[in-house]
This record gives sequence, structure tokens and C-alpha cells, in this order.
Amino acid sequence: MCSSNLTKRDEEIIRALQEEFPLCEEPYKVLAERAGVSEEEFLSRVKEFVAEKKIRKLGAVLRHREVGFKFNALCAWEVPAERLDDVAKIMSAHPAVSHCYDRNTAPNWNYNLYTMIHAHTREECDAIVGELSRLTGIQSRQVLYSKKEWKKTCMKYF
Amino acid sequence: MELSVFDKSLLNLLQGNIPICSRPFAAMAQELGTDEGTVISRLRELKAAGYLRRIGTFFNSNNLGYAGTLVALQVEPEEIVTVAEAVNKYPEATHNYEREGKYNLWFTLLTRDVEQEKNILAEIGNLRGVEDMLRLKSKKKYKVNVQFKLN
Repeated sequence: MCSSNLTKRDEEIIRALQEEFPLCEEPYKVLAERAGVSEEEFLSRVKEFVAEKKIRKLGAVLRHREVGFKFNALCAWEVPAERLDDVAKIMSAHPAVSHCYDRNTAPNWNYNLYTMIHAHTREECDAIVGELSRLTGIQSRQVLYSKKEWKKTCMKYF
Repeated sequence: MELSVFDKSLLNLLQGNIPICSRPFAAMAQELGTDEGTVISRLRELKAAGYLRRIGTFFNSNNLGYAGTLVALQVEPEEIVTVAEAVNKYPEATHNYEREGKYNLWFTLLTRDVEQEKNILAEIGNLRGVEDMLRLKSKKKYKVNVQFKLN
């Protein structure tokens, strides 16, 4: 686990940043006031957070309602370790895959690569899984269809 | 509300990164060939019309020192509701899905440190109906940024 080296001031800045971004002429000034620091300090700290990859993105996420993807499945794949990067790259390139990441295996659970797949129907989802399998040559998989969403929230840090 | 060509370029730009400077919307306006007031008022309208799920900062939780895990539980079907509700009560559990298969409850846990993660998982492991638990850690995130390019 890497140490994050954050001061109390940094935590105040992060707390202000995780609220909705203000749509006004000087949004960072508004956030800086909430964090109790000057706009100048706030801006330079935010730039550092980006450089240190503490911030992944500062921007918008669209509602994909208009895109109409109602069906999602988490698909777990069993990939030989030496092919992991190569297979992940191919799967990530597929437009129906929104997330792709590795995970450790467990006894009786040999799957080490996960993809989140978005589709309009279950049939379409199955077809995408088949396509990913053909593109990569990876056969062994578990398609984990969601039955019910119990919770989906944004993390509140600090 | 139909999206105009201008709206689409504005949203595509906004899905990237908002400039980190005193007047970010003026900088975006310059790129789009318009003025700051137009960008701000149109964004307010698009937000009110529900096109934007969120405008803000997305953090890389690992680099903030948080520990993240995907947890898969095998739960007796008759206990699934009570276990799912118990998991939901933890603010550290950010996503929680019931899924088909042997492991029927999948949730993500984000904690300040590994100690807290261990404590929470020990509590969840003791819930009635929980028969097995997988702790799945990620080292490499190949794709996490959801963007839909509007044409």
C-alpha cells in the first residue's frame, strides 16, 4: 500500500473537490473558499494532485440513458498470466466494455481478468462475450449477470 | 431537447478535462469559438435537462491511500436480502449487486486502510447465511474511464 502523504489541508481540498463542480465564472474560487484556502493555493494543489495521479479526471460523466444500455454483466475470464496485458488490451478496445481490470485468483476461482459489458439485451450481451472470446482465444469464463442493483454510490473520501 | 452540433462539441470537451485555471469556462469557450457566458449558461441547461450524470473530480482511490477490494459472497438464497441490506449499511461499500451463479452477492469495498477492510469483512463473514467469501484485489486497471463520444 502506497502512503498518500496528505495533510489536513489536502483533505479539506479533496472534500471540496468531490462536491458537484460549480457552473460559474470562477468555480475554483468557490471551491477554495469552502476548503478555507486561497484560490492560488487551491489551483496549484489540484495541478499537483493530477500530476501525482491522485485525480483521475476532472470533468463530466454523461448519463448514458440516451445510449440505451439497460443490460450489464460482469464477465470474469481465466487468462494465462503471460497473456494478461495483451488480452486486456484487446478487450478494453471493445466499445461495449466500459471497465477492464485484473484481480487475484482464489482457491476454486481461477478467473483473473474482469470486464464490465453493456448491452441492450441478454442475447446481445452473450454475443459480445462470444466475440471477446473469439478475438482473444480465451474460452474459460463466468458471465455474472446482474439480478438486482442493491447499491451504487460515489465514495465520499475523508 | 435535441443536442445541437455545438452541444455535442461542448459535451465531448467536458468529458475530457476541465482546465485548471481561474476562468476554466473562458478557456473552453476560446477553444469552441464562443464566449464564457454562452458556455456556462448552456451547461446549466444541459445539466437541468439531465444530460450530465456528474461534473466533478474523479479520484484514483489507491493513490489517496485507500484500499479497494471486490468481494464475492456465496449466500444462502433465503438470507440474501438480509445480507445485502447489511452490506449496504457500510458507507465503505460503494457498489453492491446480486448476481446469478454460485457467488450471488458482489460488492466493492473502499476503506482508509487494510485494517478497517479486515474488520468489516470479518463482520460480514459472520452474518447468517454467508457460506463463502472471495476477496479479489486489482493491481492493473486497463480501462475505467467511461466516455461516450457524441457524433
